[in-house]
Amino acid sequence: MTLHYDQARWEDPDSEGYEPLLSEKNLETVSTDDVPLPDDLKRDSLTLPDLTEPELARHYTRLSQMNYGVESGPYPLGSCTMKYNPKFTEDVAALPSGLVHPDRSEASTQGTLELLYDLQDYLARIGGMDAVTLQPPSGAAGEFTGILLASAYHGANGEADQRTEVVIPDSAHGTNFASAALGGYDVVELPSGDDGRVEIEALDAALSEQTAALMLTNPNTLGLFEREIEEIAAMVHDVGGLLYYDGANLNALLGRARPGDMGFDIMHYNVHKTFATPHGGGGPGAGPVGVVSDLEPYLPTPQVRESDGEYEFFEPEESVGKVHGYTGNWLVLIKAYAYIARLGDEGLGDASAKAVLNANYLASRLEYEIPNGPFHHEFVASAGEQDAADVAKRMLDYGVHPPTTKWPEFVPEALMTEPTEVESKRSLDQLAAAFNAVAGEDEETLASAPNRTSARRIDQTSAARNPRLSWQAIDE
Amino acid sequence: MSRTEGSPFAPHTAEEVDEMLSAIGAEDEEALFDIPEAVRFDGEFGIEARNEREIRDEVERVLGRNDDLTEFLGRGHYDHYVPSLVDHVADRQEFLTSYTQYQPELTQGFLQALFEYQSMLVELTGLDVANCSMHDAATALGEAATLAKRVRETSGDRILVPDLIREGRRSVLENYADGAGLAVETYPTDDANADVEALSDAVDEDVVMVYAENPTVRGTIEERLGEIGGLADENDAMFVLGTDPVALSVLSRPADVGVDVVVGDAATLGLPTSYGMGLGLFATREAFLRQVPGRLVGAGEDGAGKRAYTLTLQTREQHIRRERATSNICTNQAWVALRTAMHAASLGASGLVDLATDCLERPTDLAERLDAIDGVEAPVHDRHHFREFVARTDRSAHEIRAGLEVRGFSIHVIDDDHVQLCVTETNAGAVDDLVAAVEEVAA
Repeated sequence: MTLHYDQARWEDPDSEGYEPLLSEKNLETVSTDDVPLPDDLKRDSLTLPDLTEPELARHYTRLSQMNYGVESGPYPLGSCTMKYNPKFTEDVAALPSGLVHPDRSEASTQGTLELLYDLQDYLARIGGMDAVTLQPPSGAAGEFTGILLASAYHGANGEADQRTEVVIPDSAHGTNFASAALGGYDVVELPSGDDGRVEIEALDAALSEQTAALMLTNPNTLGLFEREIEEIAAMVHDVGGLLYYDGANLNALLGRARPGDMGFDIMHYNVHKTFATPHGGGGPGAGPVGVVSDLEPYLPTPQVRESDGEYEFFEPEESVGKVHGYTGNWLVLIKAYAYIARLGDEGLGDASAKAVLNANYLASRLEYEIPNGPFHHEFVASAGEQDAADVAKRMLDYGVHPPTTKWPEFVPEALMTEPTEVESKRSLDQLAAAFNAVAGEDEETLASAPNRTSARRIDQTSAARNPRLSWQAIDE
Repeated sequence: MSRTEGSPFAPHTAEEVDEMLSAIGAEDEEALFDIPEAVRFDGEFGIEARNEREIRDEVERVLGRNDDLTEFLGRGHYDHYVPSLVDHVADRQEFLTSYTQYQPELTQGFLQALFEYQSMLVELTGLDVANCSMHDAATALGEAATLAKRVRETSGDRILVPDLIREGRRSVLENYADGAGLAVETYPTDDANADVEALSDAVDEDVVMVYAENPTVRGTIEERLGEIGGLADENDAMFVLGTDPVALSVLSRPADVGVDVVVGDAATLGLPTSYGMGLGLFATREAFLRQVPGRLVGAGEDGAGKRAYTLTLQTREQHIRRERATSNICTNQAWVALRTAMHAASLGASGLVDLATDCLERPTDLAERLDAIDGVEAPVHDRHHFREFVARTDRSAHEIRAGLEVRGFSIHVIDDDHVQLCVTETNAGAVDDLVAAVEEVAA
């Protein structure tokens, strides 16, 4: 039942076995003697690879074959929502009329402004929010934007000095903590209850008049819905704090619940997760932020508004300024627009239904211990006696990208698994077979994995101890 | 077996859904949603589904409202021709649809490409370490400020930036600086270059960072970088330089003029004009390695003793260090970095030097032609120029801009009597027509 899998390996006999670096294939040094600048303003020479187009095409094609994408096979990387990226959205984003300079006049870019406006509107409806900024270029940038908004809001209320803390559950994404710290806040960590959810007593102890905000995702990273969300929201608001929604898990809720209706004041959307824009090997993503009307005056500048079919930028009156040099990751945003338009109400609702169905079905098929439940879009299994990192390496041999490992830390040897809606039952059965095959294997087999990938197990500790971060460092 | 209706990207048949529900022991899909009634959403978004063709037609129609203008725009965002190779190879799904390389054995290809990207920036900057991307030039500058704060923890809270800095870039910097308790202050420029004497008066031991740009936002080549670096060094401040890889191909190596951190937008290679989307360049000295924000790819060995690549020094990152991380950046611009590396590699050293030489010659040539027009003086600044320059106009600059738009061209307005124009190989073919249009509107 498990897939047979062998990843491409490109072993050059002249390079001790690996695909040579561009620099090892051919380097060229050119002098800058003919450059029309005085010598003291210019460099002497430049040394870079010198390869023909066919050589480069082959190099990068080989590298692509030593990489694994969503179309290569299952990619159930928990909390990353690695769903299929529809092809037509790439073509829509590449339309030449969309590739304009950001400093063009508003009058000459009505089409771009209209699409931005429509996407703001779509996202506001989906999140139950009153206004949306598209500027943050990633989810973490969205978090940081939310922190800036909270800070501006409290500042306007004369409470800037008083509200110094942001409360974050221990199961939250690490970016929450880092974004709050980047905004200058002290982080108060909220321990999860036995069932993995926020515990009302612990929350009560953590909240105070120093609280600027509680950052929460719902469902949380264990895939569990915070059922007491109404009470949580009331408690945060009672102490004068704001409730921030981390949209990383929004794929589980489309059409079933909206952050705005749950009492959240600020939220970010990860369009590269929920709205299927490609993850690009680590980016670019986009992290639009939605707010309730009280926070609208603080949104980053510029915002787009419409009047009689004409669109213009404006600066919200108490704007926090900017979180990106221009207006964010446009090429990503336009793909999200196309995806939302393709699915519509029914498709968006169905995406969540199937994502949740798939997570629960896969969980039901696994021989690993899975605490808590029922799950939404993801679940956290425990590898128990096995080392979760070894389990992950061995799963590579079965042709699947493994789950997120060893997080959250309070689940022993955690395997955070999110299959998304795009896996068929057959695919989930194969995925389960891979999990279960590994669950039955001995320590030695696991420790010697992987065997079918382009590289064998990589010694990350020694790579960190002796950092070689460029081909210049390798040559030293 | 028919597929269920709904998401076109969920492959389930009705029979499979039934089998899966029965395996779980649930009555229907709705029973899986553990959401209290009070917060359930029963309404509609009011978003109608369209098919692919309809959406392509719609977006084409909407974007068709953009005027078809030839842009002579720059000021931080530049258009260079991107070779077809870049689109075709970067669009391979293994690159485009993958995520961060948390499992290096399975993602050697992307890791090697990012390692090569880092290496090219090391060559271009002369510094030891480049990370594999920030969001854009502005966020990279913000990250440089927080780095400066960390490496000079004991004293000082001032950052000095030139008065000529793009407003958006400064605003982002201020947002990063605020959280770190830093204040952004301005030092003056003289004829679009740093006024080093005034800067010298402004620098003291409370300054943690001095920022300069080369080329400047006005397109001039900064002539006294070594002196600025010296001032920063004497006061134990970090010297941060904003630039881009095309300019670095010919300008003095930042490492040779005392630069501690290079930031800027590397998407000048790799991305077309894309409404301001960018790629934050970040390179620094080895001394700051363990304080660097963002991801780093390193070379190591695999179990067979062969060279292999991996994300490294991850203990700096937020998924491990949380609020004590060096940055909150998680999703970065990796795919743009891949494209930048491909573009740089396809140009090679001679192609890059040729491109940069064009960037030095074209603005000078265009400025000369505009200067010959009555009512226009160009360039305003008596400096070497890169890609762009400022012109003074007798008529209102706003009216000139509007007049040029009617004639199919887009330029910057600086104030009532100054405009700015940027010329590269992508708009060079329209220069004759632009000059004719300026003749019509400037007199």
